[in-house]
Amino acid sequence: MSYVMVALTVVAAGLAIVPLVAILGYLIKQGAGALSLEFFTSMPKPVGEAGGGMVNAILGTLILIGIASSVGLPIGIGAGLYLAERGGTRLANLVRFLADVLNGLPSIVMGIFAWEFLVRPIGHFSALAGGAAIGAMMIPLVTRTTEEMVRTVPQSLREAALALGFPRWRTSLQIVLRTALGGIVTGVLVAVARVAGETAPLLFTAFGNQFFSTKLTQPIAALPLQVFVYAISPYDEWHAQAWAGALVLIALILIISVISRFVVRSKHGRAND
Amino acid sequence: MQTRALQAYFGSTHAVRDVSLDFPANEVTAIIGPSGCGKSTLLRCLNRMHETIPLARVEGEVLFHGQNIYSPDVDPIALRRHVGMVFQRPTPFPTMSIRDNVAAGLRVQPGERLDRKQVDAIVEQALKQAALWDEVKDRLKGSATGISGGQQQRLCIARALATSPKVLLLDEPTASLDPLSTQKVEELVYELRKSMTVIIVTHNMQQAARVSDRTVFMLSGEMVETASTRVMFTTPSDPRTEAYITGRFG
Repeated sequence: MSYVMVALTVVAAGLAIVPLVAILGYLIKQGAGALSLEFFTSMPKPVGEAGGGMVNAILGTLILIGIASSVGLPIGIGAGLYLAERGGTRLANLVRFLADVLNGLPSIVMGIFAWEFLVRPIGHFSALAGGAAIGAMMIPLVTRTTEEMVRTVPQSLREAALALGFPRWRTSLQIVLRTALGGIVTGVLVAVARVAGETAPLLFTAFGNQFFSTKLTQPIAALPLQVFVYAISPYDEWHAQAWAGALVLIALILIISVISRFVVRSKHGRAND
Repeated sequence: MQTRALQAYFGSTHAVRDVSLDFPANEVTAIIGPSGCGKSTLLRCLNRMHETIPLARVEGEVLFHGQNIYSPDVDPIALRRHVGMVFQRPTPFPTMSIRDNVAAGLRVQPGERLDRKQVDAIVEQALKQAALWDEVKDRLKGSATGISGGQQQRLCIARALATSPKVLLLDEPTASLDPLSTQKVEELVYELRKSMTVIIVTHNMQQAARVSDRTVFMLSGEMVETASTRVMFTTPSDPRTEAYITGRFG
């Protein structure tokens, strides 16, 4: 019986990685052809011309991640610190519950919400609205990771700092947060990787831009949007570009994930030397 | 430092009952007693660390240079900069180097910021005082968690000494250390009385006999007896003290 069980779990484990391997393999097969240095440095070419790149979308995605981080990180880390340090209060339980709900919120809902309050009143789409929308999606992820990581900091360290004459706020920032930083950085990178590929919230906010723009108050291109537009187009050249764009997006997310693992490892390495 | 009718509670638990004590300056006072007798709680009342625990409260007075540290105009944070504390387990800050650990308390001292040279001089002096300088002088920038437990505990003592406290509170400082490290810490305690008042909580009676000038015996939150250490360990006046130090319970 136990052989059967082991065999079943091995099969399940194998099946679990099939989607990723299949996606990666197919993306490389379809997208690698259109991928070249030009893809990272040039603007899209008009329909009918081969080649061209997505420099505007790649840069746009990086800018959107930047805006999202400056929205999501301070709020998420601050809220996580509050939950961990003042965890028992009624407000903390409410915040924790709402963060979990927000975490499960469909991204299209976030997009519509951002459109209603950040796009419509201003009158046009903008990078800021897009960054804010995906930044809001980062908040619950960063909040919960920060809370978990701060909780792993032993109480004895807080007491040691207080006994040295550290005020509570400096204990939280300079001792507790700093001790938990490695884990928080990992959580932040996971959150960045997660929202970097979001498409739905950007449809109503950043909107996309066929031209090169870094203006925060104007619509801005983004990799997922560009992939979407190219993929639903009727042109074969654009389909190839869409595959290449998707490959770059996956590569970006993989790189962020690898960096986050590296951060964890180097943190443990320091503690043990 | 003195306590007057000191009471300490955890919620409805009455941990320290009506303790009035004098801790003479420049002497080492040991507080002994069985587990749960309130000796650590009493110690934590002396730098207002007790109140950092939820539901904990204190009544009565603790006088430090004649001033009640529980009066509303005393800032507990400022008080803790004059009353250092070392805990049962070593608590070095893991993100900081050995040097930065010792200097940590200096960062929250009021007044002008010290320059690097001044800080280095204070760090060296504190580490020498804690008898750790020779062992770590070549790795001051190294991780504070990379040294042995005994070294970490002396590092914590150096960290407490760096801000030149008037009183040093030691809460079972050798409970997690090996005999050799314990001996080093005890020698250190013996030296420290020259420059400060030391109050040490210990469940080890031999340690109390070795390092202290005065001993306080506590039982069930009450102070049973206090006397010079020599008198306490030769001719205790209370039968409960005698029973405890001769090993009949505890």
